[in-house]
Amino acid sequence: MNNIVMLPLIVPLLAGILLIFFNKYITIQKWLSVIASVLAVVMSAMLVQEVRTNGILTVEIGSWAPPYGIVFVADMFASLLVLATSIIGLTSILFAFRTIGPERERFYFYSAVQFLLTGVTGAFLTGDIFNLFVFFEVMLMSSYVLIVLGGTKPQLRESIKYILVNIVSSALFVITVAYLYAVTGTLNMADLGQKIAENGQTGLLTVIAILFLVVFGMKGAIFPLYFWMPGSYKAPPAAVTALFGALLTKVGVYAITRVYTLIFIHDTGYTHQILAWLSVLTILFGVIGAIAYWDVDKIVIYNIIVAVGVILFGVAVFNSPGIEGAIYYLIHDMIIKGALFMLAGVMIVITGTSDLRQMGGLLKHHPLLGWLFFIGAISLAGIPPLSGFIGKLKIVQGGFEAGEYVFALFVLLSSLLVLYSIMKIFIHGFWGEVKLSKEEEKGSTKGLLYPIAILIALSAAFGLGTEAAAPYITQAAETLLDPSIYIQAVLKE
Amino acid sequence: MEILMSIVVGILFMAATYLMLSKSLLRIIIGTGLLSHGAHLLILTMGGLKKGAAPLLGEEASSYVDPLPQALILTAIVISFGVTSFFLVMAYRAYQELGSDNMDQLRGNDHNE
Repeated sequence: MNNIVMLPLIVPLLAGILLIFFNKYITIQKWLSVIASVLAVVMSAMLVQEVRTNGILTVEIGSWAPPYGIVFVADMFASLLVLATSIIGLTSILFAFRTIGPERERFYFYSAVQFLLTGVTGAFLTGDIFNLFVFFEVMLMSSYVLIVLGGTKPQLRESIKYILVNIVSSALFVITVAYLYAVTGTLNMADLGQKIAENGQTGLLTVIAILFLVVFGMKGAIFPLYFWMPGSYKAPPAAVTALFGALLTKVGVYAITRVYTLIFIHDTGYTHQILAWLSVLTILFGVIGAIAYWDVDKIVIYNIIVAVGVILFGVAVFNSPGIEGAIYYLIHDMIIKGALFMLAGVMIVITGTSDLRQMGGLLKHHPLLGWLFFIGAISLAGIPPLSGFIGKLKIVQGGFEAGEYVFALFVLLSSLLVLYSIMKIFIHGFWGEVKLSKEEEKGSTKGLLYPIAILIALSAAFGLGTEAAAPYITQAAETLLDPSIYIQAVLKE
Repeated sequence: MEILMSIVVGILFMAATYLMLSKSLLRIIIGTGLLSHGAHLLILTMGGLKKGAAPLLGEEASSYVDPLPQALILTAIVISFGVTSFFLVMAYRAYQELGSDNMDQLRGNDHNE
């Protein structure tokens, strides 16, 4: 049957459970988590290929026909994100081997990572809005553990804020689901889409749409709701931040994309216009933060906020180039943010500080690290042969087609400031006089560069092989642009 | 009945918001407790409060109350229970390590200690 849809979800779940039993045996833990992650990558690649040949796959849990049972839906958009998630999971685990240290590894670090991957994968694949809430909680609960694991003072202080913000947004999610249930009487996404298409999007439903924007915006760090992020993502170790930066906010972005392309599409003049304004403001505040700081981590963190804004602008214009661009950019950004956080982590390992003003001349002793960072930086800014280019091109094209000239130009100009912020790291960190001789360095890069090299190579391949990726992206965009494909695949009329 | 419940839920949300904006960490956690109570009552209310038998087929009544919101609440209760216990332990650890439960003193971007 279609059980292949469940495999990328089952593998990390079982691995997470299994790892609980081996918490004292670090070597076994490492082997198990690498095997599970490679398996997850293979499974999700197979899922992508399966969806490519057969169209949308659905699994009805317990054979209860939707809308009565829970249904898992793998369309191309979700499958691609699942594949990106499993790749990020694998590389972060490889990066964690040398950076995380035995005192964290003995206390269920790898289990928590696997459960985080379970939560993220489940959130991408589910077709039920309350099930989405549950997977959000699986993901968040593991992220609470990962953010505080180690128990240093900054971690404790930031975890309190992070957990509080997420409790509030989860309660808001429950409240919004309650309203939605009262208005429509169903929780299945496809059924919701159909019911709202039949009965019209009343004012109440528009209110609920905005509430969803608030809920998912808090998870995805959009403009007025991103305040919790810079502090929280600074606290945990680099391997954890790479996972968070690549995956957590993107789940919020995915959820906004899903509800704003499947369910609430009948009053776009209001809802999508608000989304467009918020995304542009998100970009604005993101670049302000990115150019303001002299801290390596902070600069990359504010660049997440910029990317979230860019992707959501592509969703807000809601035409074919805009949506395609958003999908390209989302996948590119997951990979490149993972790589950049790891690169920043390596720089901190070497210099023992995250302050750019105390770094310099890293290129002399670490040429490979330097050039990997350089490729990552220009692909973040979207220089043509690399992966960030095509996504932003299509988003800007979509903006022009929708007549949003000012906003589209703004997205274009923001790239300049993104490039400036990231080149600041390169210029001050890697060029200039050598501040640390080989002996004074605080740590070695041994074994740290190859997970980064995997991600950078993938990102470069994604940029150079746009032609090969195009049919997949087009298929993903078709489903998002025409919700009836999704609804028919799930409800099977 | 729904109107009365909505007002009660509104008061719960109001109290929760007030408590979460205060300085003491314990008050904030009490606020999150009230917030989840409010959210759970809201699911029950929004599912409809019409008269009917408990959702047990053995009752053999002509009409039952809606079972779905009850299942949703049960799920949400255990999740918020897990999160709250984690939060409480984290607050305890933070009090031991940082020596304060005043949110004003837990401020700052200084990560070098």
